[in-house]
Amino acid sequence: MKVSKKILALSLAACMTVPFLAGCNSSSSNEGTSEGADGAGASAASGDFTGTLVIGGIGPVTGGAAVYGNAVKNGIQLAVDEINAAGGVNGIKLEFNFQDDEHNEEKAVNAYNTLKDKDMKLLIGTVTSNPCIAVAAETAKDNMFQLTPSGSAVDCVANDNAFRICFNDPNQGIASAQYIAQNNVASKVAVIYDSSDVYSTGIYEKFVAEASVQNLEVVAAEAFTSDSKTDFSVQIQKVQESGADLLFLPIYYQEAALILQQADKAGLSVKYFGCDGLDGLIDQLGADVGLAEGVMLLTPFAADAKDDKTVAFTTAYKAAYNGEVPIQFAADGYDAVYAVKAAMEKAGITDASISASDLCDALKAAMTEITVEGVTGNITWTADGEPTKDPKAMEIVITENEDGTKTGTYAAL
Amino acid sequence: MMSFISYLVNGISLGSIYALIALGYTMVYGIAKMLNFAHGDIIMVGGFTIFTAMSTAWCPVWMSVIIGIVVCTVLGVLVEKVAYKPLRSAPPLAVLITAIGVSYLLQNVALLIFGSASQSFTSIVKNIAPVTIGGVTISMETVISIVVSVIIMICLTLFINKTKAGKAMLAVSEDKGAAQLMGINVNATISLTFAIGSALAGVASALLCSSYPQISPYTGSMPGIKAFVAAVFGGIGSIPGAMIGGILLGVIENLSKAYISSQLSDAIVFLVLIVVLIVKPTGIMGKKINEKV
Amino acid sequence: MKKTTVNNLITCGIVLVFFIVCGVLSSAGILGSKLSGLLIPIGIYIILAVSLNLTVGVLGELSLGHAGFMCVGAYVGGVFSILTQDTITVPLIRIILAIVIGGIAAAIFGFLIGIPVLRLRGDYLAIVTLGFGEIIKSIANNIYIVKDVNGVHFSFASPVSGTDAATVTDVFKGAQGIKAPQDTTLLLVVVVLMICLVVIMNLVDSKTGRACMAIRDNYIAAQSVGINVTKYRLIAFVVSAAIAGVAGVLYSHSLAVLAPKKFDYNFSILILVFVVLGGLGSMRGSVIATVILYALPEIFRELGDYRMLIYAIVLIVMMLFNNAPYFVSLREKIAALPLFQKLKPKKKAVGGESK
Repeated sequence: MKVSKKILALSLAACMTVPFLAGCNSSSSNEGTSEGADGAGASAASGDFTGTLVIGGIGPVTGGAAVYGNAVKNGIQLAVDEINAAGGVNGIKLEFNFQDDEHNEEKAVNAYNTLKDKDMKLLIGTVTSNPCIAVAAETAKDNMFQLTPSGSAVDCVANDNAFRICFNDPNQGIASAQYIAQNNVASKVAVIYDSSDVYSTGIYEKFVAEASVQNLEVVAAEAFTSDSKTDFSVQIQKVQESGADLLFLPIYYQEAALILQQADKAGLSVKYFGCDGLDGLIDQLGADVGLAEGVMLLTPFAADAKDDKTVAFTTAYKAAYNGEVPIQFAADGYDAVYAVKAAMEKAGITDASISASDLCDALKAAMTEITVEGVTGNITWTADGEPTKDPKAMEIVITENEDGTKTGTYAAL
Repeated sequence: MMSFISYLVNGISLGSIYALIALGYTMVYGIAKMLNFAHGDIIMVGGFTIFTAMSTAWCPVWMSVIIGIVVCTVLGVLVEKVAYKPLRSAPPLAVLITAIGVSYLLQNVALLIFGSASQSFTSIVKNIAPVTIGGVTISMETVISIVVSVIIMICLTLFINKTKAGKAMLAVSEDKGAAQLMGINVNATISLTFAIGSALAGVASALLCSSYPQISPYTGSMPGIKAFVAAVFGGIGSIPGAMIGGILLGVIENLSKAYISSQLSDAIVFLVLIVVLIVKPTGIMGKKINEKV
Repeated sequence: MKKTTVNNLITCGIVLVFFIVCGVLSSAGILGSKLSGLLIPIGIYIILAVSLNLTVGVLGELSLGHAGFMCVGAYVGGVFSILTQDTITVPLIRIILAIVIGGIAAAIFGFLIGIPVLRLRGDYLAIVTLGFGEIIKSIANNIYIVKDVNGVHFSFASPVSGTDAATVTDVFKGAQGIKAPQDTTLLLVVVVLMICLVVIMNLVDSKTGRACMAIRDNYIAAQSVGINVTKYRLIAFVVSAAIAGVAGVLYSHSLAVLAPKKFDYNFSILILVFVVLGGLGSMRGSVIATVILYALPEIFRELGDYRMLIYAIVLIVMMLFNNAPYFVSLREKIAALPLFQKLKPKKKAVGGESK
């Protein structure tokens, strides 16, 4: 009886998955091709590619951090479709394969191994910091080129085969403290940060260190954790009592939106300052967008910026993804593909069957020589994998529409 | 002193949401003796229903909330019929795992439909100004949460003690077999419990999403766990216990954030829970059960 | 030989054969890097599942804080390895010492937590173990350790900077976790797994194990025949914790970085799912369920977002299939078919297999 039970259980599981397998495969491939066709227009030289090169991507598309993984995935897909529509890279067609890591170190390594089986030649990922470090150890062993769009912890690019698009966490902390001090934005600063998050603690630690150098007084440093990130009444009250005139938020926009809403109810009136995680705040606030008036952020990308590149990217992204507004992660993913393209062109890669290790050697030499004019700024790379680009200080400006609703836009400071 | 009162009030406001969710948890546990891990996710579904109704159908707020409650109720009963009912005679752990499966299922269905980005929810009491009493500001959401929790608690207590269906629930929770022998339809009673519990989840979803105006597929999971803790805190199965447990949990959470450490408040909440359970092993309002051989 | 001994040997044999076959296929390159990469985590998860089975299946107490003990082992072992990285240069010796230390640390935690927790029973015990798991995670989130030439510096809840900036290296960095040397190898995992299996199976088959099962089946009756209930519950709980700690050490040494976030209640529940689906008290069941359920989402990767949805459905359907009266009778009918009669093993499973 036991045996029959097991056999039945297995066959049952198998039966259930077969229709799903069939159904989902077809739907996902449809998605890919239809987007490709949209981007391609009529003139895609589809028959002229000399080969196909698989780019791997890893990030969370399920679980609590899914929003970041999805954004990067969409950004990369958009760029890949654009490049293929324009004839590929040196005649090579790019193929993009994205695997879920659930924001988990172990799953990220599994995803990486899966991609290796798919004949991945280079990796754009991973999206979040700790999984990125775990995967970086594997890419170093395999000598696989790795370009992380948004893995901001220092160690993500510790190995010489790894580069990144975004700023690293300490940089953002230091730059924020310097900006606040040098522009006399405030002298008494309070911080609310996520003590269970790598990104947030990374910025926070360096911010506090740099603040003391810059003679900024950190009057309150309040934490929250991923287990209690909806109610900020205590933190806000502490900030209020500390007499701070600026609240620094090295966190992501979802929590920042809640903080702004709750601070408004509590009657807190301070200036707000944040990092690239705050991009997305305007849409998150919805009808409460008026609260974001005057929020300053140090970010390389703002979806509402008026320069041609950003407008073109935002328009294309919205068209491809049901009107979704791109967040900074999407822009990082998008730029990562163009960085790879530039590096491949610089290195003169024309043969798609090149081994991953050879490709890595070629690309890592090329990376330090290229300049990418991306949507997150003009980026160059140093040999240690860090990007050099200008953070833009932005301020959110609120304008009132005729019907009384409000619209938020970014203005450069 | 002023700030202490303010922390306290905010704690009660947080706790009132926990209490509301815990009421649903404790109802189901008391009668069906199962930890319904999917309760938090039913709240999430309720939130998305209200969100969708409010944003697309242009229906009035009260209508959206009612739709949300109805959807939650139907979903709760459906889940019970499909996933829990066949397991009524199975070991409790089997039901627990099934509940976890349902929780994953709801989260992932929501993920596929609504995407992973959190949406901004419009509070159902958007245009009502907060109340200020002696310098302490209390938001409308808080006032409504507390009032609603108390009303629900009273109604539930009356329902259980005064009506026939309620007494049937009590009987089922005491002894399923004996209740059946007395001519009580056990299955119908348990289904009714799930319907009420899920309707409460619908109410909770409206207030949760109004107080913290965001919604994503994972919105329900953490409040669900916290409410579960609150329910155990107050003595799981006890309706006033859930109310007290919820409010206490919120107050402890906020006071520990304020006076001990904002980094460690989760640990402190659990520590207090453990101490309470060790001193009083069945929670604050829980009845002592003598086991017979 | 006794029936149980044969049965245990079969279980060990299954595990050994599975890993040897997979190991050979993997080194021959047939298995592909995805499946090869799964072997080490599967081994570690099996250790976790059998250790949890000791608490849940044999002792009959629902524990939702198993990840907490794993967390203790992972970080104590990991910190040990990082601190001794320069003095003990042979990875194998280092990790064996780390395993011993991590296991002992987890056992101590199991003991300290067990004393108060085991006063409770049923769902209350479940929630208290969940609470302890969350507390351990929270504390780990706030530990900062660095080392430099002047020694090791420790701080709680705030970052610490060493006294000598030139030589300072991070050991434990709060939410960012630790970066232990990647010393875990498949061979080591298999060896540790076999040792853990033998230890647990012997424990279950010993006086202690029988006492635990008596307590599980009837607490008061067990008490009345003179079984020292507290003692035996504590023994099972501590052994379970220690083995989870060992699994934790292997885990932290298999990844380049490990953050405390990983060890939340969802992780405990994941292991619990393995145990329950495999059958309470059945070690072989735990092994098989772990292999299938761990591999399932990985094999379904092609399905992208639908993967977890299918996992959830499979979970519900398997639970219904195993326990719902309709399916049980259906299964029995099928089992009575002549085809399955032939497949039926000659020796029926005994011991803690089924209640």
